[in-house]
Amino acid sequence: MDIPYTVELRRDTGLNNGKIGIWLFLASEVMLFGALFASYILIRTGSPVWPRGDTILDVPLATFNTVVLISSSVTMVMAWASLMRRRFGTFRIYMGTTILLGAVFLVVKYFEYGHHFHLGEFPSHNNFLALYFTLTGLHMLHVAGGMAVNAYFWGPGAKLWKTNPEWFINRVEHAGLFWHFVDLVWIFLFPTLYLL
Amino acid sequence: MTSDHADHAVDIDKHVRIYITVFAALLVLTIVTVAISRFHLPVHQAVTIALIVATIKGSLVACYFMHLISEKRLIYAVLALTVVFFIALLALPVITVHDGFWIH
Repeated sequence: MDIPYTVELRRDTGLNNGKIGIWLFLASEVMLFGALFASYILIRTGSPVWPRGDTILDVPLATFNTVVLISSSVTMVMAWASLMRRRFGTFRIYMGTTILLGAVFLVVKYFEYGHHFHLGEFPSHNNFLALYFTLTGLHMLHVAGGMAVNAYFWGPGAKLWKTNPEWFINRVEHAGLFWHFVDLVWIFLFPTLYLL
Repeated sequence: MTSDHADHAVDIDKHVRIYITVFAALLVLTIVTVAISRFHLPVHQAVTIALIVATIKGSLVACYFMHLISEKRLIYAVLALTVVFFIALLALPVITVHDGFWIH
């Protein structure tokens, strides 16, 4: 039996089910990160002193990572646009670049984490670092998850393009929505942790 | 092809130009964010400005990359509800810290 409304739009919502599903999932993700941001506000405002992020963290590296993640958002949306233009080869290039940029982001974070661990700065060190590692750690998990999904659509999942291209375009669009959300979270994490 | 895709396919070139423009705007705003932090403003001012710039950047990503600018009503409804709960979630600790009227 075929899965209903993967391509055709539901009459009641005007959307396919995948689109509704991914937005509901993203709504739950907003609440997950919202809870952590609320914790940040509570702990920071409750502390008599709070360090500026740039005295502990590496701002140039984080700025570089911000540019990397923004660039990956552009390549992701260009991958989708390539499918809309029926250019599968170009899709592969843009999607591959998106995955690579995600990997660059994680490698930079690996060096950042490594530097802190080398200095003996672990999450238990102070409240600032506890929040830093929790927020960025969860964000990194999301980057890794998004990369896995994107890699699937770049590789084995791309077989769907031959049999049902419209469904494949929808799936890439939904994966893109998740990827842009991950970028959006970083846009708020960067100033919150590194610059304030 | 669904009507949804057909609509997009017609003006996809226009969309691509918008994506590039938004990309440039995001890069400029990232530089602005870092540059402002160099002024070492008082915390309240720094937080306000940083959040305004981040909100502009986030809105650009949501509106154009996530196509929220031309989304269906149900998605807006889901997000409106999410925004209400998100604001409540952030407001709770702020009210607690500032001795809100029901917390003593």
